[in-house]
Amino acid sequence: MSAISINLISGRTIQQGVAMEGGKEKDKYRKACGIIEMDNEDFKKLGVMKNTNVEVTSAYGSVVVKAIEATQGPHPGVAFIPMGPWANTVVSDETYSTGMPTFKGTPVTIEPAPDKQVLPTIKLMRYNCWGEEQ
Amino acid sequence: MTKTISDVICPFCGTLCDDLVVTVSDDGTKLLDVENACAIGAEKFLHSQASDRVTRPRMLQEDGSAVEVSYDEAIEYTAQLLAKAKKPLMYGWSSTSCEAQSVGSEIAEQVGAIIDNTAAVCHGTTLVAVQNVGIPSCTLGEVKNRADRIIFWGCNPAHAHPRHMSRYSIFPRGYFTGKGHKNRKLIVVDPRTTDTSSLADIHLQVEQGADYELLQALRAAVRGQELTGDIIAGVPKAKVYESAELLKSGRFGVIFFGMGVTQSLGKDHNIDAAIMLTKDLNEYTKFSIIAMRGHYNVTGSGQVLGWQFGFPYSVDLSRGFARYNPGETGSIELLKRKEADAIMVLGSDPGAHFPIRCVREIANLPSVCIDPHITPTSEICKLHVPVAFVGVEVGGNCYRMDNVPIDSRKVVEPPEGMMTDEEFLRAVNTRITEIKAA
Repeated sequence: MSAISINLISGRTIQQGVAMEGGKEKDKYRKACGIIEMDNEDFKKLGVMKNTNVEVTSAYGSVVVKAIEATQGPHPGVAFIPMGPWANTVVSDETYSTGMPTFKGTPVTIEPAPDKQVLPTIKLMRYNCWGEEQ
Repeated sequence: MTKTISDVICPFCGTLCDDLVVTVSDDGTKLLDVENACAIGAEKFLHSQASDRVTRPRMLQEDGSAVEVSYDEAIEYTAQLLAKAKKPLMYGWSSTSCEAQSVGSEIAEQVGAIIDNTAAVCHGTTLVAVQNVGIPSCTLGEVKNRADRIIFWGCNPAHAHPRHMSRYSIFPRGYFTGKGHKNRKLIVVDPRTTDTSSLADIHLQVEQGADYELLQALRAAVRGQELTGDIIAGVPKAKVYESAELLKSGRFGVIFFGMGVTQSLGKDHNIDAAIMLTKDLNEYTKFSIIAMRGHYNVTGSGQVLGWQFGFPYSVDLSRGFARYNPGETGSIELLKRKEADAIMVLGSDPGAHFPIRCVREIANLPSVCIDPHITPTSEICKLHVPVAFVGVEVGGNCYRMDNVPIDSRKVVEPPEGMMTDEEFLRAVNTRITEIKAA
């Protein structure tokens, strides 16, 4: 098992949309957005099984999500976290003076974290904002 | 007995579908069923009926718990917060009616706020590009009836605008498009293979972040110029030429574009190039370009701010007149610089959709969140004011992604004693006038 570097993008999925409208505090939302979609090739490089928790780290933050096989792919070298608090913990807030953060195209490293858990929405928010205990 | 209401407007995405059929109980208090909506739209309607819905304002306590307060207390808190702040940020506005947005603008002017909508993290760069180079556009009705060449650039309507393709862009049979999808050609530009690209005649799997290069190459190819290099932005040169010929051979084409170009590197320059490509294609055939707007009334918010202050988003009123410079007055940069001293959020969820550095800043400011749902924002704001769902429990004007205004309708009664966001804002506005006069 080793860490890999990859290009991260985020965006809408229909599961994210449905879970969002059903209530962001619910577990369905965590299951829809607390994931990272990766290509088979990248799974091999990382050396973990599918559906393993991983820690995604960028210059902006770090978050634990579940690595799943890309539902829309292939796209080797590109990983996808649906838009939401998990993605936004690591995306680039650099706007290059346009006012628009760079939600797509953040360099991140991914390392296996089978013993860490994907935090529920509200716990993640409180942890991120006020450092409240996990 | 139940009542069936037809031609209901869906308040989810910018497609603003207007053919939903909603079944409600005889007394109009319970929403029982939704037909014709996509999965997301149906969930939005049905969630208004959730048994665990919050129906009264809640104030966050020191220990992290929330205590219920009355609407009057919430109005007083919000009015004091905005009236006392030197540079409050009033953010959101995309999931509410134009009527509520208009009252919001009045408040912003009274208190000298920065008023910004979700374009800040969505199509803001599009608006900048439109100001740079203009926009040749059309309505979705024209797309349905005339378009035989469609490009989806950096967007995935199969997931984000689920009924867009069936109502307007790919499948419907229109006046001059009687064969439906059979005589439409579809090009999808996306760094991933997506559920939308699986329908495409040509999928240009662009290298992530290299959209500008591909757009300019396509412009050159359309003009018949020679391209150098075999691979352009991750796409084989032959495919670029093939796409250019396909676009030129159509009778009427439309480029739809989304977050893939507005949020990737290049930002407003990407849209500049996409609009110029549209202009170039008009030398050979008829072409238009439409932004795939996300929230159902983000377009309306741009319209309201436009006619109130002259700018579509990120309007700074703190100096007593309207200033606009998104790289400076936009919510993201404002929060990063820690310049706002209070925040009011309505009809949006920056807690879930802003980068974490900005969310942290919101969590540490005096704050009010006005939203029907419990959201990440409502959970980090000092006060959460639940309001009736616009488009479900109260009507109001909305603008579709092609700038066509459509009145949304009330289909069911809100829980007893619950305010609408417009009523709440009017009460806050009146109270602020009193505070300022004192």
